[in-house]
Amino acid sequence: MATAEVERRRARLATMSIAAVVILVGIPLWWRTTTTYRAWLPVTQIQELAKLQLLLSADVEVVFARGTLTPEQQKKITVTHTQDEDHDINGETSLTYRYETRYRTATIMEEDALSQPSAVATDLSLHTLSESPCGSLVVYVIPESSSLLPQDVDVYVGQRRTALLRVAAETKAAKTLDQVLAAVEPRVKEVLQVMSFSHHDITAALGDRVRLSPGSPQRKADSMRSFKSSPGYEITFSLLNPDPKWHRLHWDIEGAVRTYVQPLLSKLSPVANFSVDSQMLHYTMLGVNAQFDASHDAYTLSVESLAHVINPVEARLGSNAASSNALLNFLLYVPDPQHSPLRILDHQKRQVASNAFHSPRWGGIMVYNVNGFYEANGEAVDVNINMAEVMGVFLAQLRLLLGVHPSAPRAGFLVAPPGSSGLSDWELDRLMWSRSVENVATATTTITSLAQLLDQIDNIVINDNIAQQVSSAIASLQLATAELESGNLAFALQYSKEAILASERAFFDPSLLHLLYFPNDQKFAIYIPLFVPICVPLVLALLQIMSEVHQRRRDKQAKKD
Amino acid sequence: MIVTPPRLSHTKKKMVLHRCGVTVALLVLISLSVIVVASRQESTLNNGRHDFQEELVISPLQSGDIYASFQFRTLWEADFFGGNKVSHYRLFPKSLGQVISKFSVRELHISLTQGYWRTMQWGQPYQPSPPGAELWVWFQDSVTDVDGTWSELTNVLSGIFCASLNFDSINSIQPSASFKPLGIGNVTDHRFLRYATLPRETVCTENLTPWKKLLPCGSKAGLAVLLKSEKLFHSSFHSQAVHIRPVCQDAQCATTSWELRQTLNVVFDLYVSGQGKREWSLFKMFSRTLTEACPLASSSKIYVDVSDNSEGEDFVLSPATPLLRQAVVLGDRRTFSVYDLTQKSTFGTTSSLNLLIRWKSSDAHMLRPLLHAERYVAGYRLQSGEIHTLMYNNHPYRSFPVLLLDLVPWYLRLYIHTLSVTSKGKTNRPSYIHYEPSKDRVKPHTLEMLVQLPPNSVTEVTVHFDRILLKWTEYPPDPNHGFYVGSSVVSSLVPSIVAMDTNATHECPLFNSFFPSKEETSYFVRLYTEPLLVNLPTPDFSMPYNVICLTCTVVAVGYGSLFNLLTRNFQIGEPRPGVAKRIANVIRKMRGVPPL
Repeated sequence: MATAEVERRRARLATMSIAAVVILVGIPLWWRTTTTYRAWLPVTQIQELAKLQLLLSADVEVVFARGTLTPEQQKKITVTHTQDEDHDINGETSLTYRYETRYRTATIMEEDALSQPSAVATDLSLHTLSESPCGSLVVYVIPESSSLLPQDVDVYVGQRRTALLRVAAETKAAKTLDQVLAAVEPRVKEVLQVMSFSHHDITAALGDRVRLSPGSPQRKADSMRSFKSSPGYEITFSLLNPDPKWHRLHWDIEGAVRTYVQPLLSKLSPVANFSVDSQMLHYTMLGVNAQFDASHDAYTLSVESLAHVINPVEARLGSNAASSNALLNFLLYVPDPQHSPLRILDHQKRQVASNAFHSPRWGGIMVYNVNGFYEANGEAVDVNINMAEVMGVFLAQLRLLLGVHPSAPRAGFLVAPPGSSGLSDWELDRLMWSRSVENVATATTTITSLAQLLDQIDNIVINDNIAQQVSSAIASLQLATAELESGNLAFALQYSKEAILASERAFFDPSLLHLLYFPNDQKFAIYIPLFVPICVPLVLALLQIMSEVHQRRRDKQAKKD
Repeated sequence: MIVTPPRLSHTKKKMVLHRCGVTVALLVLISLSVIVVASRQESTLNNGRHDFQEELVISPLQSGDIYASFQFRTLWEADFFGGNKVSHYRLFPKSLGQVISKFSVRELHISLTQGYWRTMQWGQPYQPSPPGAELWVWFQDSVTDVDGTWSELTNVLSGIFCASLNFDSINSIQPSASFKPLGIGNVTDHRFLRYATLPRETVCTENLTPWKKLLPCGSKAGLAVLLKSEKLFHSSFHSQAVHIRPVCQDAQCATTSWELRQTLNVVFDLYVSGQGKREWSLFKMFSRTLTEACPLASSSKIYVDVSDNSEGEDFVLSPATPLLRQAVVLGDRRTFSVYDLTQKSTFGTTSSLNLLIRWKSSDAHMLRPLLHAERYVAGYRLQSGEIHTLMYNNHPYRSFPVLLLDLVPWYLRLYIHTLSVTSKGKTNRPSYIHYEPSKDRVKPHTLEMLVQLPPNSVTEVTVHFDRILLKWTEYPPDPNHGFYVGSSVVSSLVPSIVAMDTNATHECPLFNSFFPSKEETSYFVRLYTEPLLVNLPTPDFSMPYNVICLTCTVVAVGYGSLFNLLTRNFQIGEPRPGVAKRIANVIRKMRGVPPL
């Protein structure tokens, strides 16, 4: 009896110790060797990113010229005024616009500049006096009597970051400074709507993050036209010659790029890197057979058929093998004599003056007719293309496609034509504001969706370099938002670009693809032969021990009773 | 080294040019009026900076097959070395131009070949190429990370040519002597050279279409209209290539320009395409006839090799052409009938050109090329083997040196001490050996040697190797098919009768001006041997799971018995009574008597 009891105890002990070894050594060993490496990600910071609260702050200086304020008012003038404007886009995104307005009187040199004969000259001399930093604006308030502006114009928007504002009679009536300021303020705000960020632009830039109600079709088309923010753009000008038998085309593209395109691009260089290429393609037809239209005495392409023009041409354009930047195409099509002249018609069946159209986020096409040149004998003729005419059209399309929107003209506003660079400083600022916001929005979405993806799929290995990219993206994002808050537009754009680059690198890292598919059925096919023979006897033995213990306790209970 | 960079000294170059001029002047029988018209055409079309020429050479081969060799040459005066960004393209394709400038390429040679060129039956091709894909690139000396640039470049080229050129440092080498730059430039440091082959790559329509897109006229006009894939790939041999190199614009070499040569060589089997009749025409070969030259081309010509038919005894060529041109091709003086497509008269009254050759005799005799090479794997079992390379010198009295280049993947472990070179039964000691051993999974073997081939002899190079058992994830799909080892490259200056000129002038045809040669008594030949197909020991790929199951079963049995031993209670049991005793007890129970 005693030996049997000893035996039983020994067996029980052996079972328990085997179970202990399995649990204490086997399971941790299995866990450690089969676990995927997942580097630590700053989860809390990523969750914070899901809520985006942007504060855009613009410095505005309002300068009163002589004759707009009374001497008493002038003495009190050094006022700073901060105004916040909150917008809730949706539950997770909110925007605040902060205008930090400073009021002061004009200096003597500025007065001199304001007494120049024309607004253009004033604009230039004000610019030479002081150069305002990126993102800030100066509004000069000039008296009603000033002859700088024509009669029906109240506001002159210069080429740089200055505007001239003619005050109306109401400020004359105002007694105190506060009243004057109150009267000027709505006018200044109107100017700001034109020259600085507008709510419409900024919400359009958030399109990656916030699904907006479509609004009017025109507005929707506007928002879809321009390219997404990209670290670089490749601009390609292609000359399409459907039949070189008829004409030999010559275009001075080098000169044209140097004269017309390069100034604009160097002005835009803070926004992105640009590279310009050109090529000539022969035997390239448009995808549509133009019909002869007697009423126009020309072959015509209707608006409906333009959609079919691009695809066959695109096969010949050649993708950009050497980089992954966004590609803008500008095609100049010279129809052969059998299909010439070729005209593009608009919705009302009228000829389009420029004979060109553009395709959103793709590029532009212009048709260039050369009828006058052909000779009767059918010999090929040399045709020199007028690049000024062509580049005028392409530059306008380029501005649109890059997102330099012409804002709706307001009554009483005179907007100075952009200078030789083809882009005003304030237009660049507007573009930089919306690009910064767009970059921030895109980078936050990329990072949050990456975190979500990694959270959902446990099998993905997260290497240290990905964690590092994520952290640096988050750091850049924080810096970018901070710079936006303090109004340093150039830095904000720079950081937002870094953020987008780092986030894209993390998101598209090839190491994330490894082991994405490691299905459970295969896992079990390998585990079952190992685990079942080991675990079944062990579990059964443990169950038996438990039932014995249970039995004994019941026996004891019975004895007590 | 025997292969020299083609920068000749000034006097020498002038002399060579002069010679070429003299030979042309002496030998070419061209009507004068045609020459005048042609030169005027050239001057109007060629605006000095861009030039495009197209050419087709048709050679009836001794075996009865037809060899058609297309060449399209685009010249572009541009300075990539200066560092300024060149981005305006006219005739030169933009995609290749971007590749050159982005990756700082000095020279690029890529060929995609379907089939093997049979030197014994067909003689020497104008542009040799190995089966599959071959790529060799010279980078500019400003490139710091050559390996990184190389792998990026091959990725981009794969995209451009729709091929799967997955080349990196594991399968590419830096030959020290076999591949010298063919264009101008004095960089000969082979650190900037990368060479790789892919013998298994199949070439088909999807590779031809992007190749045709690089032509200025596409496949819409000129000679390129003949390039219909259904006929081109229904042939014994098809090879398309792109060569980019910097060349001199003129004799003084004051300006340089980029030369893009697109070549396409195809050999048609006469009996298959001609249903047993020895007769062919452009229409039969390509199912197209020619109607015009590419309007952008400054010269557009068809050459038909009529050297073996000087008296018209073998075949009849129609329409007949008064233009004949003699040229020295691959050490041999050949006569060509020339058809100039820029002339309206070429197309005759029907305004289409359909060349036709009708054979009179049907006897074909084999020719013996002066240099010939072949290769095979010897040995049995899956452990070791031997690579044999045979090089034939069929010249009756002259010996000449050849450079042999072998690229052997790391999974064949070469034993270089077993390398033996024998000719005519005697050991032939190579005068130069460059050997880089492989590193497993890092780089392949490079074996390069300079061997003197005695006259009228066979030289045999053998080397032993071991086959390696790979990791199970390293096997490609269908591993039992075997593993390819790329062709050996045999480069040599073969003795010839007539000198060749390297710098293509307008007088010399394109097809014989590709490889440079300095010695005027010999011509350059590059031969590719057959690729090898080697079997490696291949496991049964369900094995890992079987092993897991078997191991687990063994572990389970061992563990089970151990577990049983440890946890079972052992008690001394009463021995069971025997059968007789049990029966007796049953009876006793029935009787009411106590059991035994």
